[in-house]
Amino acid sequence: MTSPLLQVRDLRTYFATDRGEARAVDGISFDVREGETVALVGESGCGKSVTALSILRLLPEPPGRLLAGSSVQLRGEELTSAAESRLREVRGGEISMIFQEPMTSLNPVFTIGQQVSEAIREHEAMSTGAGERRGAAARRVAIEWLDRVGIPDPEDRYGYYPHQLSGGMRQRVMIAMALSTRPALLIADEPTTALDVTVQRQILELLASLQTELGTAVLLITHDLGVVAQVADRVMVMYAGQIVEEASAEALFRAPQHPYTEGLLQAVPDLEERRERLAEIPGNVPRATAWPTGCRFRPRCPYAWSRCRDVPDLRRSGPAEGSSARCWLTDEPERRSSGSGFGLRSPDGRREGVGES
Amino acid sequence: MIRYAVRRLLEAVPILIGIVTLIFLLLHLAPGDPATAYFNPNVSPEIIDRMRENLGLDRPLHEQYLRWLRSFFTGDFGYSFSQHRPVADVIRDALPNTLLLSAVSLVLIFVVGCSVGAVQAVRQYSALDNVTTFVSLFVYSMPGFWLGLMLILAFSSPAMPEFLRLPISGVTSVDYEFMGPIERMVDRVRHLVLPSFALGIASAAGVARYMRGSLLEVIGQDYIRTARAKGLSEWRVILKHALRNALIPIVSLLGLYLPLLFGGSVVIEVVFSWPGMGRALYNAILARDYPVVMAASFLFGVLVLGANLLADLSYAVIDPRIRTD
Repeated sequence: MTSPLLQVRDLRTYFATDRGEARAVDGISFDVREGETVALVGESGCGKSVTALSILRLLPEPPGRLLAGSSVQLRGEELTSAAESRLREVRGGEISMIFQEPMTSLNPVFTIGQQVSEAIREHEAMSTGAGERRGAAARRVAIEWLDRVGIPDPEDRYGYYPHQLSGGMRQRVMIAMALSTRPALLIADEPTTALDVTVQRQILELLASLQTELGTAVLLITHDLGVVAQVADRVMVMYAGQIVEEASAEALFRAPQHPYTEGLLQAVPDLEERRERLAEIPGNVPRATAWPTGCRFRPRCPYAWSRCRDVPDLRRSGPAEGSSARCWLTDEPERRSSGSGFGLRSPDGRREGVGES
Repeated sequence: MIRYAVRRLLEAVPILIGIVTLIFLLLHLAPGDPATAYFNPNVSPEIIDRMRENLGLDRPLHEQYLRWLRSFFTGDFGYSFSQHRPVADVIRDALPNTLLLSAVSLVLIFVVGCSVGAVQAVRQYSALDNVTTFVSLFVYSMPGFWLGLMLILAFSSPAMPEFLRLPISGVTSVDYEFMGPIERMVDRVRHLVLPSFALGIASAAGVARYMRGSLLEVIGQDYIRTARAKGLSEWRVILKHALRNALIPIVSLLGLYLPLLFGGSVVIEVVFSWPGMGRALYNAILARDYPVVMAASFLFGVLVLGANLLADLSYAVIDPRIRTD
């Protein structure tokens, strides 16, 4: 069997903070195969962005550090121990990344064209025609890419500065910059979160069509299950620095195995099924300096019982092939029907439902 | 941008008129006048009075003011009471020296300030950062005239080895006339070292502090992460992507530090006997030499306003966001 495009094993990224060591990413493992779209889902602070940055070693070290035993392999090549020069080839070359804030992710003092062609030149992602200078070739390729991501009049826009473009246009520029080097993997960290809903859709469609065209694999990091449903092949749900459930997108939406996933899904408004109020997951995400003992979701879980004081591992679960969850319910599924779940629970205390306001 | 510059220049006119008017009034409010410099038991009050009459000091204040203003705008700066030559000559001799000293100090301030600040930011919390931070705070809190005197003491001391000694006064040595072209150049540069250092080093320390903070802030920005994610080397990330952004707030310091520089030149030129505008102004104030004081203050006003305009224009050059379309 050939090794997957990206293989992450037991990745642990800890941060030194004033409150002690924050175990932001605490032993996660997953694969991304060539050409597929994998979504990494979770609330803010669950460690999903840190995971993305750890893959490319873009975290400031210190305060961050990758623990020994963490492994990130790109087509079988270990990145955690790779030399800086090799990492630079990978960054923007084989693995590109786009970020949440298109407003601040582009350098305000360079034109968008300069920023796109810089990536192209850095990774020699062009062929110079007869008598054509390197700069001119990079410029030509950059304009082609601006055109491809749907920027009107790219020749002219090449000389625009980021502040002259809207958020959606800037994210298109980021996509052009990331894909112009034809990477094998694109890590998209909340690419649509800061955008208007209509623009979100356009950006997702653009990403999907370019992905099909180029055969790029995408690791999509998001907290938005709506986005996941639109584009992902496979979904990993992250909670408190760990992956708590992994399944195909279809299986996950049809039959979530982990109570946390169940809570997340019930917190999404559904147009067909009118509900009086949206369910909520009680409590807050715990702090990374002090994860709960045993199952980390136990304090917020409606099904929790004595066995949850032991740490569950990620195990096969549910009817679908390739699904797994980090929950004792996989052993005792009958408890699920006897438990109260999220939806029927009376909301704790004063917080009233969304429908009344 | 040209329209903007022209508008700013036009705005400068009333400000300059305000400046000279204020100085005119202040000068006349202060006790004494040029004639008092000649007070002497052997000089009769009649002669003093006649001198006042000759200089036009007996006329009513508004008349003096208007006469001065009129000749001023026709390019006639008047006649120096104490040096007995046209003010224009005084300025022609002194201004180049001041401009030279200020320009060298300015380069020192920004080159040294920005490099030290940048190195500190890149090596934040290192031993190098801590030591340079300490030194720059020390230098920053030192008064320029005292530093100048200490430099004079140190570099003219017999304890200092011969090859390290530096000239402590004037722009050239006494035997300048007999030197070859290269020797002359070396001589001029050697004379510039101590005064420009004393004049600029405190501001350089200030700029270094600003630069450190500015660059640290920029390094934390999202677009720096983007640049790293592109696979650029750390050098390129800092020198190309971070530095240019970090310099934006520093450029506005230019408008802040130039007036300080011209103000400081009065003190430093006196300490180092540098024959420039600052020293001319200082001597003219002591001698109540009204025309020179007025002309020199006016020129300093022009320089400061010009510097501010320059700062604002370079701001637009370096930051595309404030360029007007």
